[in-house]
Order: sequence, then C-alpha cells, then structure tokens
Amino acid sequence: MASRSEIIVRFAGEGGQGVVTAAEMLARAATGVGYHALTFATFPSQILGGPTWTQARVSRTPVESPGDAIDILVAFNDVAYHEHRTEVHDGGIILLDPSVTPLSDEHLRCVTVPFDELAKQTGESRAANMVVMGGLSRLINMPVHYFKDFVSQRFAGRDKVVEANHIALDLGLAHLAEEDPISDLGEPEKPDYEQVFIKGNDALSVGALHAGIEFYFGYPISPATPILVYMERNLVGEGKFAYQASSEIEAITGIIGAGFAGKKSMTATSGPGFTLMGEGIGLAWMAEIPCVIVDVQRGGPATGLPTKTEQSDLNAALSPAHGDSSIPVIAAGSVDECFLATVHAFNWAERYQGPVILLSEHSLAERAQNIAKPDLAAIPVESRNVYKGENGYLRYESQEISPFPVPGGAGAYIANGSEHDIYGDTTHLAKYHIQMTERRFGKLKLLEGTYESDNASASVAVIPWGGSKGSAREAFQQLRSAGVDIAWYYTMFLNPLPTALLDELRSKDLVIVPELNYQGQFASVLRSQGVKAEAITQYTGLPFRPTELGERIKARLAGAGQPQAVNA
Amino acid sequence: MTGTAKNPEYDFLWCPGCGDFGVRRALEFAMRDWNIEREIPMHDNVVVAGIGCSGNLVHLYEGEQPYGFHGIHGRSLPLALGVKMAREDLNVVVVAGDGDFLSIGMEHIAPQASRNLNICAVIMDNGVYGLTKGQSSPTTVEDTVTSSTPYGKLESSLNPLDLYLTLGVTYIASGYSTKPRDLAGLIKRGMEHDGFSIVHVNSPCTTYNDTYALLKGNKAKGIDPLAWEIPDDHDSTSKSAARGVIEQGGVPLGVIYQDDSRPSLDQRLGAVRERVTGRSAEDLLNTFAV
Repeated sequence: MASRSEIIVRFAGEGGQGVVTAAEMLARAATGVGYHALTFATFPSQILGGPTWTQARVSRTPVESPGDAIDILVAFNDVAYHEHRTEVHDGGIILLDPSVTPLSDEHLRCVTVPFDELAKQTGESRAANMVVMGGLSRLINMPVHYFKDFVSQRFAGRDKVVEANHIALDLGLAHLAEEDPISDLGEPEKPDYEQVFIKGNDALSVGALHAGIEFYFGYPISPATPILVYMERNLVGEGKFAYQASSEIEAITGIIGAGFAGKKSMTATSGPGFTLMGEGIGLAWMAEIPCVIVDVQRGGPATGLPTKTEQSDLNAALSPAHGDSSIPVIAAGSVDECFLATVHAFNWAERYQGPVILLSEHSLAERAQNIAKPDLAAIPVESRNVYKGENGYLRYESQEISPFPVPGGAGAYIANGSEHDIYGDTTHLAKYHIQMTERRFGKLKLLEGTYESDNASASVAVIPWGGSKGSAREAFQQLRSAGVDIAWYYTMFLNPLPTALLDELRSKDLVIVPELNYQGQFASVLRSQGVKAEAITQYTGLPFRPTELGERIKARLAGAGQPQAVNA
Repeated sequence: MTGTAKNPEYDFLWCPGCGDFGVRRALEFAMRDWNIEREIPMHDNVVVAGIGCSGNLVHLYEGEQPYGFHGIHGRSLPLALGVKMAREDLNVVVVAGDGDFLSIGMEHIAPQASRNLNICAVIMDNGVYGLTKGQSSPTTVEDTVTSSTPYGKLESSLNPLDLYLTLGVTYIASGYSTKPRDLAGLIKRGMEHDGFSIVHVNSPCTTYNDTYALLKGNKAKGIDPLAWEIPDDHDSTSKSAARGVIEQGGVPLGVIYQDDSRPSLDQRLGAVRERVTGRSAEDLLNTFAV
C-alpha cells in the first residue's frame, strides 16, 4: 500500500441525497485532526433531484485547488457512476450503491455498499452519509474515531442522533473491513496556528463585518444568496441594517442612499443582478458615494449557468455603467482572499469616496477550506474623512478628494447624478464637466494595490486572476519542479492595476493568462496596457485542473515565438 | 428667475406658471415649521428627488438648505430607503413626478408600502413628461394626443390614489399646487405620520398639459371644477370611506386615508434589536474555528 500525501474523494448522485454535505463532512472531520482540506461543489439549479456532485481533497500539506483525478468515487446512482467513472485514475476505487450495475469490462475496483439499507438499521434513515464515511475511513485508512468525534461535536446535545450516526459509521466500516485501503495518508501534522474551516461566501461576509459594514441590502441570487442570509442574521444592532431588497435595482440604490447618509454599505449579487445595477454604480461614481458591490460570478450571459463557475464578468465589472468612469475592481482568488479582499474593497471605497466592485465566483463561494484564522488586529480598517466644518461648504470645489459631509451635520449639499458644479447643483457648463470628470478620475491615484511574484527573472510569465489562482499556482509549481523557467505574478487589484506590476509584465516576451471565459478578458485588458498577453481559456463551468493547465502552458511555451491565434 | 440664494450660477428654469413653484413653496413652509417645532437645523432634513422637471425641487428657494440627492430616474424611493434606514433620525422627503414615480419607478411603491417605510413622498402630477417635451405619462387621460401618442393615448389612465390605497400606503393626501399653505399642511402631516406617506399633488404643466382651467372650473360657463375639498366629516381612518372619496373622481383636496395602527419599518426593526444582539467579527470568526 503506497503512502501518499493527499487523496481526492468525489461524491456524485442526486440533489437531496446528502451529496453536498458528504464532502463537507469529510473535509471538516479531516481538518479537525490536522489535515488540510478543500471542497468543491457543483449542482443543478433545483432543490431536489438533478445531477449533483461534490468532492473533498484531503492532504497533509496545504492545497489551493480542487485538484486533478479522483482517487475514490462514491456513486449514489447509475447516472453518477457513468458520468464520473472516467475521471477516476487507475488504481482508484468506486463505491457503488447496490442499484448500480458496473460495466462488464470495468477495470477499476468497484465496491458495493448498501448505503440506505445500512442507514435504516440505525433507526435514522438520513445516516446514509455516515455509512459512506465509515466505509471511507477504511479505504483511506483514517481512524473512524475522527468521524465519531466530529459527529459528537456537530450534534452535541442530541444524543439519539449522535448514537445513530456512530452506529452508521461502524456499519460502513464493518461492511468494508475486508477491503484493502487505497492508501495511507499518514499521520496529520496539525498546524501550530489557529485555523478556521470556512466557505468563501462566509469569509467574505465576516470580512465585511470586520471592515465595519453597517448597511447591507441584497436580492437573493445564486451563488451570492448565502451572503444575504449571513448578513440578515448577523448584521444586527443599533445603527445596523441588513434587509432583503425587492430587486437588484432597489439594492444598489438603497446602499447608495445609505452611503450618502454616512454608512459603510454593501450589496452582493451575481451576473444578472450586476447588470441591473449598472446605472446605480454609475450614480455612485458620479455623486462620489462610497459603497461595495460584490459580484459572485456564475456562468453567463442572461440567466446563464446559475450554479456553475466562470470568470466572465470581468469586462462588465470594469465597465458596468455608461459614460466616462473607471470603477475600482478587486478580485478574490482564494477563501483567505474572500476575507481580505472585502476589507480592501471597503477601505478603497472609503478612501476614494466611490463604488468598488468586489469579484468572487461560484467555486470560491461554495468552497469550504481550512485557512489560518485571520488576525483581525493586524488587518487595518479605514473610514472616510468626514466633513466637520460649518455650513456653506462647497463639497466639489476642490480638484482633489474632499471631506465627506454627512446628513444630520453641517455641510448640506446636493449629491447629484447629473453633472454638477462646485455646489453639487446640476449644470451644463463645459468648465464644470471638465473639472468634475478630472476630479473623479484623479481620485483613482489614491488606490495602489500590491502584487506577488515568483522567479520574476524569467522572460515568460503566468498571471491568473480570481479563483483560477489556486489551480494556476499548483500548475506553476509543477512546471518549476520540471525545470521550466517561468515567472509567477498575481494580484487581487484588477483596476487600477498596480503600476509596478504592469511595468514588470511589459518587460516579458509572453504573459500567459489562465482564465475561465471564452474571450480571454483579462488577457485583453493586459494587451490594451501594452503587455504581450495571451489567454488560456476554459468555459466548461468548472475550474482548471492544475496538471492539465500545466500541460497547456507547457504546450504554449513550446510554441512560443511561433504565430499563435490570440483568443478574440 | 434663475439661481438660488446660495448659488448664483444655478440656471435651472421651470416654465412660467409651472405648478412646481407652488409645491416648492409648500415644502419650504412644511420643513421650516417642522424644524421650528422640533428645534432642529435644516440639515437634519434630506430631500431625495426623482429625475424630470420635479426633480429640480431638490433645492428650496430660500434660506438654509436641506441635504439633497438628485439621483437617477425612477429610483427616488430606494435611495430614500437607504438614507432613512441608515439614519432613522433624519426627516426624509421624496419629491418626484408622475413619470418618474408611477412609470419607471412604479415597482418601488409596493415594497415601501409593505414595509411602511417612514418617509413622506410628494408627487407632482402634471399628467405628462415635461422635460422630454410632452410625451404621455401613466396619468395622461386616455385618447389624449401627445408627441408619443400621435393617434391618441391607447392606454387607460392610472388612478394613483386608488393604487396607493390598494398597496397599503398608510397616509394618502391629495393636493393642488396653487394652494401652497394648504399643501404645506398636508405635507407636514405626512412628515409627522410614522409610516409611508404620499402627498399626491396636481401640479399643472403650462407648456404641455395646462389643466389650471379644468381644475378651477368656470362658474359662468357652468363648468364644475376638477378640484374639490374633501368634506370635514370624511373619516380618513376608514378604508371604505377613502375609497368612496377616490371613486368620486376629480382631484380631491385633503387627507384621504391615514392608518396609524401599523408600525413603520424602523419601529419594527427597533423591536428586533431589543431581542437580538449582534456579535463582533472576532466572535463570528470563532464560530468557524477548527
């Protein structure tokens, strides 16, 4: 039995069979004893039924993506078996429900487990998940007490449930007692720092609370809904407001009203809602109102793929509104960054007094992962410079940013979506349109983000953005291990891009941009900035697989110097 | 008459005789009285305006100015919601026209009525899109020829008062721009009402839809005025009596309906705050501890 550093288990079945919770349970139990784990979930846009699958990647060292081929597939039905069996690597195992008949020429090891029947024996028919976990504890050689402890904790105080689930774990384990484990993960090395096991959307929500959010207004939409739910539950107390809007148009204008009234405000949506918010975002830019707009991307356009992942809203985020504007955009690339980027987004909004777009995506939103617990004391929070003078203040007189008057205090002015003069009054005069346009663009110089680099001396580079960061980072590490001379760059700050980063990228012969869209949107942005950028694209609704991505980068490098079609 | 006391360069003009002059005067009266009674400064008031001729009422003509927000077309209500729910202590007034409020912004009335959002909306109804030069609006009379209805308006005319009552707006008043003192009383009572108040004002457009003559009527010619005073014995707490007033047609003047029994959104939220307390980001982060 080979020892290995990581293992990937995929659960596939129908919505409502507990598929979603299975991966999370495995990952949570594994992190509890000191492994690193990351989940991936994809499901149809319906509550019951429809093909659903999730997977957990469990490792002795930190992981950054859902990974490559599957070690163990748990197939709850026939469709799931046929759909996913080809993604199990040679030597892998398929756990099957007895209703599934494996192909006659199946070369993979198939093990049948009567999940439901065993669950019924426990007196708790919903314990089928635990039967699976019990079986897995044998196959991946993970002591069953890890799971038992997890169950005891999770259902503390509900003794009957705990007992039934413990029995289910034992039954699953006993059923597979004679099966050879696939591998030995070895003892975990428990990290010596504090950790949290958290999903991207929750990390984003807690980040907003740390940043000092006071006003949340949002409309339900996949995959951003969990942010609304979290805020409604937790953004409570004096001076706090979290509420469900009647539309995304109401949501954006509501948070602008609150921003005008002095509050740190945010809404979260996905593509369709983001499109509806366009005019409002332009208003926040024009009237200089701080606010944060989160777009948790899904497949588009129109209703698109509500429950799949894609990075195709970059163009929209960079240009959500008509007219001359340049809205700051920050994109989270990991669960940690869902937290951090949100704090940055609020800080930028407060600092330059305008709207900031925060991009996340389905794969991050639903990803549950163990991360180092953010050290809140070390993450600074900014607040706008509030006007404290007398009445008669000319809010827009300065060519630079100016203190922000708050209703209820002196300094009354007109916040205006029409072009305005130094009083905030509507005007058509050319001199004011010139002055105010330059004032609004000039404030962007206050926003200078950071970036990271690795092996920066190489003449070719890879720079992913957003949620492709993890897969690209693992692909990069594989390439470096194989001796490929390639540089790594990454930033969360997509607009304005860090100037020093642009300078470095411009010096490269080729900059490869892996991104999950058809057009190669970020590569196109970089080309417009004078970078020789080419995209490697994927538009399957799923994230990149690191090894496959590494191969594609290698193939592109082999062809470097040759004419190559650039993604339109 | 250009400029304001504060900004000599301000050059927005309403047409001579525009009803909106009277509404602005009424709003000034109402806000000043409101401030004096409460001994509060003008900057505790916020005027959120729609887009269109009436949107330029974001200013008062004279004296200390309230905060103003001249936003985007049709969205005055959600902007006002943001201001009010961010700062419940502020007096928030919406000013908008029939095109802004009842056409593009119609979708925002029902949710604020359901929430009983504690603001006062003053609607200037001239039955036409004035600033875009005379297209038909929801309240334009059926069969009327306008620039966008060259063969007559094919849609029935909306009765806004009927709509407000149906949606559950808890204070509904109807007024006329030529009577600023009376109108100020209706607006101030709307500000005082804890809940969603709408003061619907007939504010004629002298350029595209001059209804002054119709509103006043002409005794000599035997034409009854469109505007009529609601009798003192009208029971404004009764929904059926309110419906009776509305069904009489014309432009009733006075308070049509007032329901003080429903708590406003901020009052309901206050009750929630008494039983639920928020937790710090640190505490919340710890709920995810491994």
